[in-house]
Parts: sequence; C-alpha cells; structure tokens
Amino acid sequence: MIESALRFGHRLLPQLVALTIILLLIWLVFPGFFSMEIQNGRLYGSVIDILNRGAPVALLAVGMTVVIATKGIDLSVGAVMAICGAVAAASSVRGDPLIVTLLLAIGTGLVCGVWNGFLVSVLNIQPIIATLVLMVAGRGIAQLVTEGAILTFNDPGLIFIGSGAFAGLPMPVVIWLVFGIAVTLLVRRTALGMLIEAVGINRRASTLSGIQTPLLLMAAYMLSGLCAAIAGLIVTADIKGADANNAGLWLELDAILAVVVGGTSLLGGRFSIIASLAGAMIIQAVNTGILLSGFPPEFNLIIKAAIIVIILVIQSPRVQAGVTFLSRKSVR
Amino acid sequence: MNQKYLPLIATIIIFIVSYAVCAAQYPNILSTRVVGNLLTDNAFLGIAAVGMTFVILSGGIDLSIGSVIAFTGIFLAVMLESTSIHPLAAFALVLVITTLFGAIMGAIIHYLEMPAFIVTLAGMFLARGMAFVLSIDSIPIKHPFYATMKSFYYKLPGGGRITLIGGLMVLVFAIGILLAQRTRFGTNVYALGGGAQTSALMGVPVGRTTVLIYGLSGFLAGLSGIVYSLYTSAGYSLATVGVELDAIAAVVIGGTLLTGGAGFVGGTLVGVLIQGLIQTYITFDGSLSSWWTKILIGALLFAFILMQKAILLLSRQNKRYS
Repeated sequence: MIESALRFGHRLLPQLVALTIILLLIWLVFPGFFSMEIQNGRLYGSVIDILNRGAPVALLAVGMTVVIATKGIDLSVGAVMAICGAVAAASSVRGDPLIVTLLLAIGTGLVCGVWNGFLVSVLNIQPIIATLVLMVAGRGIAQLVTEGAILTFNDPGLIFIGSGAFAGLPMPVVIWLVFGIAVTLLVRRTALGMLIEAVGINRRASTLSGIQTPLLLMAAYMLSGLCAAIAGLIVTADIKGADANNAGLWLELDAILAVVVGGTSLLGGRFSIIASLAGAMIIQAVNTGILLSGFPPEFNLIIKAAIIVIILVIQSPRVQAGVTFLSRKSVR
Repeated sequence: MNQKYLPLIATIIIFIVSYAVCAAQYPNILSTRVVGNLLTDNAFLGIAAVGMTFVILSGGIDLSIGSVIAFTGIFLAVMLESTSIHPLAAFALVLVITTLFGAIMGAIIHYLEMPAFIVTLAGMFLARGMAFVLSIDSIPIKHPFYATMKSFYYKLPGGGRITLIGGLMVLVFAIGILLAQRTRFGTNVYALGGGAQTSALMGVPVGRTTVLIYGLSGFLAGLSGIVYSLYTSAGYSLATVGVELDAIAAVVIGGTLLTGGAGFVGGTLVGVLIQGLIQTYITFDGSLSSWWTKILIGALLFAFILMQKAILLLSRQNKRYS
C-alpha cells in the first residue's frame, strides 16, 4: 500500500514540482496571489480562478488522456464543444426543460464520439486524420445549428453550470474534480485501465489475447466526446450564449498539451489522468500568472511556448537517458 | 497501371467533374477571369501546402505554418514602415528567419526525439507570440515597390490575369514536383516516410533530411507570408489562423497518405484548387452560407480517406491472390 503510494508520488513528482515553481514565481511578482476570501457563500481568489478557468481544458484532458493511451488522438474536441454548446443553446431558446437540454447536448457529444470511434476502430483509419474530419466540419455544423448567429439564452439552470457555486466552489471546478475522480476510479479500480494500456502498446497483440479492441476504442472516443460535451456546456453557460466560431477554439491543442505535460506519451501505453489534470492546471497557472504579473499580454504566447519547450526537453527520452547515464557514473 | 497513381487520378477526376458540374450551372465559371482568380486567391495557401506535403510525406506534421505566415506579414509591414530598407532585402531577411525557425524545429524533433506534433505546436505559439510582440495592429504597407509588383501580370485571352503571386505558386509547385521526384533529397523524404528506422539502416541521413524538410517548410511558409502580404498589402498578427488545417486538408485531398511515404506534390495543387473551387461556387451561388465550405471540405476529406482505405485494401487482396 505504502509502496504503491510512493510509486504514485514519484510518477507525479515532475508535474507537482513544475506547478509549485510556477505558483511560487507568480507569488513572487504578485504577493496577493494566495489570498482567498468568502463572499456570498463562495470562495474568491486567484487560485480558485485558476481552478475555474482551467475547467474546460481539465475536462478535455481526461478524455484525451484515455484516447492518447490507446495510441490515438482526438483533434475534434474543440469543434465538438462548439456543436454541443450550440445544441444546448438552441434547445434552451426553444424552451425545452433543463434536463432535455442537458441530455441533448451530452447525447450530441456521445454521437460525435461514436463517429470518431467508428472511423478509428471499424474503418481502421489513423486517429489523427479520422478526427481531423470532424475538426474541419464541426464548426460548420455548429454554425448550421445556430444559423450563423450567437444564440443567447437566460435559463437560470443552464447558467448555473457556468457561474453557480456548490459547497463554496464554483460549479465548473466541482464538475471537473468529480468527473476526473470518477473516471480515474473507473479505470484504476477495474481492469479497464490496463486493457486500455494494452491496446495502446500493441493493438494486434491485445486483440489476439482476447481484448474487445473495437469496443474499447469506441468507448475511449465516446468518453472524449462526453468530456467535450460537458466542457462545451460549461463554456456556453459561462457566456450565456453559443458562439459557434470561438467556443473551444484551439482547446484541443491545450488539452493535448496538458496530457503531454502530464507525462503521458503520445505513442500510447501508460497513462495517468491525475497527472494530466495537473498538466491542465500548469497550463492555466501559466496563463493566469502571465496576466497577474503584469507582463504585456503580447508576451503570453512566447512565455507559454518557452515553458512548454523546457518541460518537453526535460521529458525527452534523449535527455532522460543522458541524466540516467550521468547519475550512474557519479554513484560509482 | 501503377496503383500508386490511383489516388492522384481520382483527385484529378473529381476536380474535373466538379468543375464541369459548376460550369453547367454557372457557365461564367469557365471564364479565364475566374481561373486567374482561383490561382491568385489561393496562392499563399498553395505555396505553404507544398512545404506541408514534404513534411507529411516524411511522416511528420507542421502546425506552425499559419503563425509563421502571420509573423512574416507583420514583420514585413513593421520593417517597411519604420526603416528605409528595400522590400527585396526585407524579403531575404524574413526568409532566412523563417527557414532557420523551421530548421531548428526539425533539429529539436530529431535530436531530442520529440513528436513533431508537439514541437511544431510550440512553434505555432512562439511564431504567433512574436507576431504579437512586433505589433497587435493591422499595419498597411504603402511602399511603391508593392504597387509595382502588383502591376506585373500576364493577360490571358478573355480578360483573365495570371498575377505575379499566382504564377509564383505554379512555379513553386513545379520546383516542388522536381524536388520530390528527381532529387536525392526527395527520395530520402519518401524513404523517411516509409519508416525512420528502415531508412536509417539503408543509409539515409535521417537527421540532415529531417532538418532540411522542416527548414524547407519554414522557407515556404515565409514565402507564403510574403505572397500574403502582397495579396493584402498589409500585415496583421491575427491573420491566417488555421491555415495549417487548410494545408493539411489540401494535402490529404491531393492523395497523400498522412502516414507518410506515399503521395505527390502535384496532387496537393489539385487539392488546393478543389478547396478554391468550393469557395468560388459558394460565391457564385450567393444564397449558400459560408459554413457550407467547412462542412463540404470535411465531407471531401472523409470521402478521400475512405477511398485511400479501399485502394489499400484492394491492392493487398491483389497481392494475396497473385
């Protein structure tokens, strides 16, 4: 038990160290960073803001981790977010009850996942191209749903998802925490996680050893679609309107980045959802930190690129092999 | 007939058939003016797509080209506005910068063994960030040399014009085809796409080729940025967002396998023209909304992927029974 906890800590160490360093750096230039206060029964503060703003990427990262673990990739999540947001807004404008709106949006996300899963598992198309189809067409479909306009709604129930609070925490934070923990438990307390890793390492071998590979792949992409649907609901509810052009724009890249920063290899195999969530928070901490520390916003992307490169260089197999080589020498 | 030409031939047939369908509905689409505009309007996309073809043929991907085009545009605008440097010198300078930028990405991909997807993603952020740092405004370019360059064109019968940038795109494609089919570098690119390990064992200089491929892609993205700045006479750091996706779509529609190793630079030209044709048709129709472009290109992508799958499957069966 203790041993496995230690191993888990060792796995998460680089991400946690990086997150701590970034948070401390922000604290140095912006001393009020860690202060928090309770107003109207909910917490306010920069740290809470990072957790809240990072919700869409964190949710996407959960599904993306599982897809990447199967040696796939899902480029369509940003577009799926836009479609689901548009469907939810259209349904709310039509006057449907909240539960119907939510089910429609989530159902749409699952259908998108089935489409991607069908292309990858049944038609055997390379994931990067298979999901590219929906990435290119998705925003067009979302615009078709909203008919090119930004649909606004004022259903308080739907808006609550984006800006409400539960137990002192903003609703998006509660959603991604609960969802992330639920999926982690689902894959780690059953054999599911191991089967997913098996498919990612060698699809043919795992099929031959009796794993239902097509079913598992389909489920992975459906999970990714579900995550995108929830993220789309949050983004849409937050601005009280569906913007088919900008909702979730380039978030697929941030989500993939979160997974990679979290240390899951793009080549499939071993994965950690918790580490990906930490990766998502690292990305959001960088974004928020740059804003708080008063750098001109023009520098945002450059600093982000630099931090990504540093983290990636540390993780690169060549550099790690070199470090192992050097540390071995010093022991002798 | 050689099976590797099948996707290319299918692309060309689809282009001709769709052009005929469009022409049957709007006969004016056959006029040389439309043909000339098709080349001019898609020149920057076409030039960038040539670089993307080489990258994809080698089994990689380059997500940075849209940002590099925007960076080039804003760099030229700022240079020409605040210094008295001649545009040609500025062109040379920016081409050196973008080529080095691409080459460095290639070096990182090869020597640090990092996936091209993530490295060029960081490159995309970096180039866009540099563009923002140079200026966040849209800067017009009023240099008289730009007007001179725009006045060069070859007049076709019927009033159409092959402009300088449209002609440049065709020239880049011609050189690209030669480079891919007739040089050692081209052969190395194809070999690399077939399998990095195999090609290394065969004696292909993998590191040098990777650096050259991404350097070439950076160079062509820079050239595409110059063309874009000539086309719009302005530089804007938020321009050409998502051009990399259009370029990837053009490459795939042009019959190149995204896994690398198979495909043709010439096919990409047809892929670019098909995308241009869809846009022209929507403009002619006038009642269709712009989002149909995206949906149609997505559907086309899907159709081509399916077709490539079918061809692969058929060729495998032929091998089994022969």
